[in-house]
Amino acid sequence: MRDSRMRDRRHAGFLALAAAVLLAASGGALRAQEHAGQYEQADIEFGARLYADNCSACHGTEGDAIAGVSLRSGTFSNASSDAELQAVIANGLPDTAMPPGEYTEAELSGLVAFIRTMGDVDPATLTVGDAGRGEAVFLGKGDCLSCHRVAGRGSRSAPDLTDIGAVRSAGALERSLLDPTGSMLPVNRPVRAVTRDGRELSGRRLNEDTFTVQLIDQNERLVSLEKADLQEYTVLTTSPMPSYEDELSEQELSDLLAYLLSLQGVD
Amino acid sequence: MARSVALTCVLSLLLTAGLGAQVTADRLRNAESEPHNWLTYSGSYASTRHSLLDQITPSNVDDLELKWVFQARSLENFTATPLVVDGIMYVTQAPNDVVALDAATGRVFWVYEYTPSPESRPCCGRVNRGVGILGDTLFMATIDAQLIALDAVTGRPIWKTAVGEPSQGYAMTVAPLVIDDKVVVGVAGGEYGIRGYIAAYDAATGDEVWRFYTIPGPGEPGNDTWAGDSWRYGGASVWLTGSYDPELNLTYWGIGNPGPDWNPAQRRGDNLYSDSVVALDADTGELRWYFQFTPNDPYDYDAVQIPVLADIETADGQVVKVMLWANRNGFFYALDRTTGRFINGRPFVTVNWAEGLDDSGRPIQTPQAPGEVTYPGVQGGTNWYSPSYNPGTGLFYLSAWENYGAIFEPSSEPEEYRPGQLFLGGRPMPAIPGAAAPPALTRGHVNRWTEAVGNGAVIALDPRTGEQRWKFEMTDMTTSGILTTASDVLFTGGREGYFYAFDASDGELLWRTTLGGVVHNGPMSYQVDDAQYVAAAAGNVLFVFGLRD
Repeated sequence: MRDSRMRDRRHAGFLALAAAVLLAASGGALRAQEHAGQYEQADIEFGARLYADNCSACHGTEGDAIAGVSLRSGTFSNASSDAELQAVIANGLPDTAMPPGEYTEAELSGLVAFIRTMGDVDPATLTVGDAGRGEAVFLGKGDCLSCHRVAGRGSRSAPDLTDIGAVRSAGALERSLLDPTGSMLPVNRPVRAVTRDGRELSGRRLNEDTFTVQLIDQNERLVSLEKADLQEYTVLTTSPMPSYEDELSEQELSDLLAYLLSLQGVD
Repeated sequence: MARSVALTCVLSLLLTAGLGAQVTADRLRNAESEPHNWLTYSGSYASTRHSLLDQITPSNVDDLELKWVFQARSLENFTATPLVVDGIMYVTQAPNDVVALDAATGRVFWVYEYTPSPESRPCCGRVNRGVGILGDTLFMATIDAQLIALDAVTGRPIWKTAVGEPSQGYAMTVAPLVIDDKVVVGVAGGEYGIRGYIAAYDAATGDEVWRFYTIPGPGEPGNDTWAGDSWRYGGASVWLTGSYDPELNLTYWGIGNPGPDWNPAQRRGDNLYSDSVVALDADTGELRWYFQFTPNDPYDYDAVQIPVLADIETADGQVVKVMLWANRNGFFYALDRTTGRFINGRPFVTVNWAEGLDDSGRPIQTPQAPGEVTYPGVQGGTNWYSPSYNPGTGLFYLSAWENYGAIFEPSSEPEEYRPGQLFLGGRPMPAIPGAAAPPALTRGHVNRWTEAVGNGAVIALDPRTGEQRWKFEMTDMTTSGILTTASDVLFTGGREGYFYAFDASDGELLWRTTLGGVVHNGPMSYQVDDAQYVAAAAGNVLFVFGLRD
């Protein structure tokens, strides 16, 4: 984590977004074919919010308010690949009114996903989340602090989420909520170890090498183990986190996602 | 709530009930009682750098072997002293990353990476001296003058507080001192015309609790020791961790040079509290007493040394709470730390800027003629290198620069203060034309030095008199701190890349090894399971030694 990138970005403009999303969506079959399935719904929705907050004042809700520039056209005079598009958004264009912007990688992914699909998407399919409601889900129904930690609160059993919105894309976060096992990073895999003198440990793996393994154990302590001292060592591939697909409504999931995306670290 | 979620979380809560032992304020007060750990920058609030571990002795020190190394991903000098808490080591990687390692093997648990603002402009290296700890939270002061709290288990940030404005020259290299529920730090920037301060922050929230300006403002006692408005830009920085006496509830901090550094005519007066030690009420930050070592300093003699607290029995059988201080100005001092009263003092190296100290400890200044050499030179008779006090031998140990002088050239005209720009008022020149120029004084790799400019030494003093008991001379200077142990072994290093063990009682060289880089930090010791370790950094690498298995 590099904290100089951490900023306090609030999702204050959500309520204004629905209109923007409605206006932004229209036809474009060719582009839809080019990009169909390429971008995740969560990224597109996240990008739609960011676009309304940061881009629509100049580019307009339909992406064509600047003469000679049509974001909906799918072709750009200063960028062709997604990476180039991200670079233009991040760095701006010298000698033009396009300013540089401070965005996380997750935000850049969202913006590109939205711009690439502007006009392709059916606005009715976009569920606009609310970070405030999402925090309530996080603390209440989801009970996420029982395992996760944010800004010094909660358990260390599962990864700290303080800056998760700055380091994970909306699509990746959504996958984590719906399919925790499928999206679990290998380094976070739960491990179970029994030492030769019978001490049982379980916890989350932090690092491993040929001879040793480091973990946060069940008592939330840092432990480094010599493999030669173990009679049993198992790396599990199933996440202890349940899927929330059937536990939360679509709106609750969208709200929770909005909250997670608002976690930009400590500043 | 979904049942599966509930079950998972209830299980998790049950498992976390036995959370590891936390570093309480009481543990910090009684750090001496757990010598297997190293809980503050100087090892304890008394800052004696004296470990009660005794597995490594004068008779077996020859059996030391390298156990592991940590190579910092940094080209800056490794000036940090690690903390060790129950087998976990926490150390900073310059400028401002924090690394948690297994103290027995050096395997890394986590790394917290922080990129300081490009506005930061520390005068003398993007270095850091280490972290503080309370509960399971670590605290780091950064070179862009931020104070950051980290979860000691996960390495993730909890809060960040702006202590100063980096674009104005404020920076922090100090290892925070935790007292009760507060985190105390000070700001560097004495070469940039800052107005220094020491400040305490709520460990839980990062909110400022108190602030003590090291230069009094208008209407406050001492402001009249600065001519005109020179107090506004007078420096008096703080860049080394203070000490604390829990019985007196006083925290002691050494204060840096007045600015501009080398033109005292631009700031006539004693320039309080530059080049002083201040004793502050730890709850409120109120000044209880001060002692100024170098009034109206024209030499950059920061009083930025570690206040070493000792209880010493005098000839008449009285136990006196003293503070021992080998100052950059070349004098050793013993002060009564309850009142600040001067007890005794005398030079420990060649000194010609003052002919002595009067009964109150004030120097009787003898400025040298323009172009003449002043002793000690700009880097001082000693500097920030941690000394040690061993109650077993009753001796005080320091790293000294001997036979080292400089020619000081103040500017002929007052220097205009410009925010964020260097504010020096002159320059120091080497005593010998063509010799290495201060303040850098480094010539690349180790063992590329001559005796022409001076030499380093480990000096053992009797703190009752300031008299020298033994000395070990090096060819090159030393910037290493000193560690002593209950078995009377003294560990230190130097610029030549050697790491030494001496007999603390008589200075006999017992053991040495070559680390291949300048030893910049203070060696420290700890124990994991049944094994004692000694750690020292050279270049940008931390080396950890223990007895052969």
